[in-house]
Amino acid sequence: MDDLIFILAITLKSSIPVLLASLGEIITERSGILNLGVEGMMLVGALAGFVVGQQSGSLLLGFGGAMAAGMLLALVHAFFCIHLRASQVISGLAVTILATGLSSFLGRPFIGRVGIHLGSLPVGPLAEVPLVGPVLAQQNWLCLAALALVPLTAWALAGSWPGLSIRAVGEDPEAADAAGVPVAPIRYACTLFGGLLAGLGGAYLSLVYTPGWKEGMTGGQGWIAIAMVIFATWRPGRALLGALLFGGLTALQFYFQATGAELVPAWILRLLPYLLTVGILFLVTVLKRTRFGAAPAALGQPFFRG
Amino acid sequence: MAISLRIRKRQTPLKLQSGLVLAGALVLSLALSALLLKLQGKPAGQAMLVIFQGAFGSLWALEDSLIKAVPIFLCSLGVAVAFRLQIWNIGAEGQYALGAVGASWVALSFPSLPWYLLQPLMLAAASVTGGLWGLIPAVLKLRMRTNEIIVTLMLNYIAILFLDYLVYGPWKDPRSFGFPMTRQFDTAAVVSKIGESNLNWGILVCVAAGVIFWIFFRFTRYGYEIKAGGENIRAARYARIPYDYLVMLVMVLSGALAGWAGFLEVSATVNRLEPSIMVGYGYTAIVVAWLARLNPLFIGVASLLLAGLRVGVEQLQLDFQVPAAFGQIMEGLILLTVLAGGFFVNYRFYLGKKD
Repeated sequence: MDDLIFILAITLKSSIPVLLASLGEIITERSGILNLGVEGMMLVGALAGFVVGQQSGSLLLGFGGAMAAGMLLALVHAFFCIHLRASQVISGLAVTILATGLSSFLGRPFIGRVGIHLGSLPVGPLAEVPLVGPVLAQQNWLCLAALALVPLTAWALAGSWPGLSIRAVGEDPEAADAAGVPVAPIRYACTLFGGLLAGLGGAYLSLVYTPGWKEGMTGGQGWIAIAMVIFATWRPGRALLGALLFGGLTALQFYFQATGAELVPAWILRLLPYLLTVGILFLVTVLKRTRFGAAPAALGQPFFRG
Repeated sequence: MAISLRIRKRQTPLKLQSGLVLAGALVLSLALSALLLKLQGKPAGQAMLVIFQGAFGSLWALEDSLIKAVPIFLCSLGVAVAFRLQIWNIGAEGQYALGAVGASWVALSFPSLPWYLLQPLMLAAASVTGGLWGLIPAVLKLRMRTNEIIVTLMLNYIAILFLDYLVYGPWKDPRSFGFPMTRQFDTAAVVSKIGESNLNWGILVCVAAGVIFWIFFRFTRYGYEIKAGGENIRAARYARIPYDYLVMLVMVLSGALAGWAGFLEVSATVNRLEPSIMVGYGYTAIVVAWLARLNPLFIGVASLLLAGLRVGVEQLQLDFQVPAAFGQIMEGLILLTVLAGGFFVNYRFYLGKKD
């Protein structure tokens, strides 16, 4: 029982950064913009969250700073993709290279410093509920907010008129434009929103999960988030499933390290998230080849009127 | 009716002026980098001078830049092969790692061979391991329709962890005082230096690879088909170009070239396998390939420039305590400004009536 609680609690806890980043990327890609800058945005978000939090002593400002930093980078990417009609692949890679460098450069003085961190939820009487109580007691409000965001984004995309516009712009910008939908502003908004969530996901790492700043502390989670978007076939509900899979693997890693380390060598365990990501990508092709599994039709295509 | 700025795609992209745009983009990226240093309270102008002098200012510096340009050039050439078919191979870093592992395996397993057998064998092993590491994402892409960007990236992480495992575990030198490294290679496994200089014969491998690259794309059928397939997949398929085969071919070639870079790095530069060989050459190679527009000659020039940037930033690190990550920032800025420059080459502006 204790083992199960341990695994479930860590699963949920470590799935949040990937969940936040992939939800953001889903919105971005649904509008037709491929953002490969997520990894960089998460790193800069992690640094900004830690530094602002440490300097101001306020968690709220820390998370706010992280979101602003992610959005700022997203603005660069959006400008290149939307106004300059640059290659979205190259622009995203450039943003990641730049942001990774910036985070190491600016974060140098903050390595090993002690900052603030977000504590666990006060669950009160709920703690008595078997399984759910102890698992919940190890989470925090940002985790709950991220979970709440899943149905929210799903509903927004499927059922609201902004969601309809976003999908229209991502599937057929010419038709959307002809119908009077503002293509460029919607794409800007979606890309910025993606950057915001990526930044927040980064800050979750530096303010909640492993408080503190470490160079390259995302360890590829931004890339994994992008893979999860494909796994999720661009739908938020499945992104939660993907993130939980990633979290579950991380939890198993901790579990084996804590118990039978001889059973599975540590280096194999560290490979697993990356192997799983590759595995998940082809699982999704095996499982479904329907229309719904397809990417937004205009993904990666610059829109050009006239 | 208001007059506003309108944008239209040019019939043909700028030719002569594009050099000017490129120069402007590079100057802008340098200015932005200098600004960043200024904001950090460092003497910006002097720092830029230090980078330049540290990279190309002395014979020793130039040699160091050339040595670092070798792996970047080979990785970049490999990346360019795949990019020509519009296959986004971001995995040069991992293919380079696997090439280094393959070459090291030969060097450690057959120490008694003479150099003229051992070194070709190391090169062959590096081609195989690097090439196979490149083939995996190609096969997955074709069979499972996976996205090669994600798969090659994930394989980078896996390759680096595998390399770490080897040098921390089974291949670790028992006399290394706990440092993660293999034993030093025998002299037969080390590509020798050219005369009195610090340069090694690996440079010759680069020249040969560049020439073969050029001939391959200029004169061979596969080279032509790759270019055609990269420009328009549907038309190429219609013309019965063996697209699937070409995807595998470019990824194997791409991986093998990155593998060569790994071989030269462990053999000639470091003389053993250790984690410190992973310094992001594979990622710089992507920047280089893009800047050089996949042209082998320009890749040579750009490799030298970005290798020089690394060496110069090392000097900057010593003189002004600027972190090495500054080089990465400059790479990102160069990529972005040149990307922005592409807009002016491909589009023109005019004032028109708003409708």
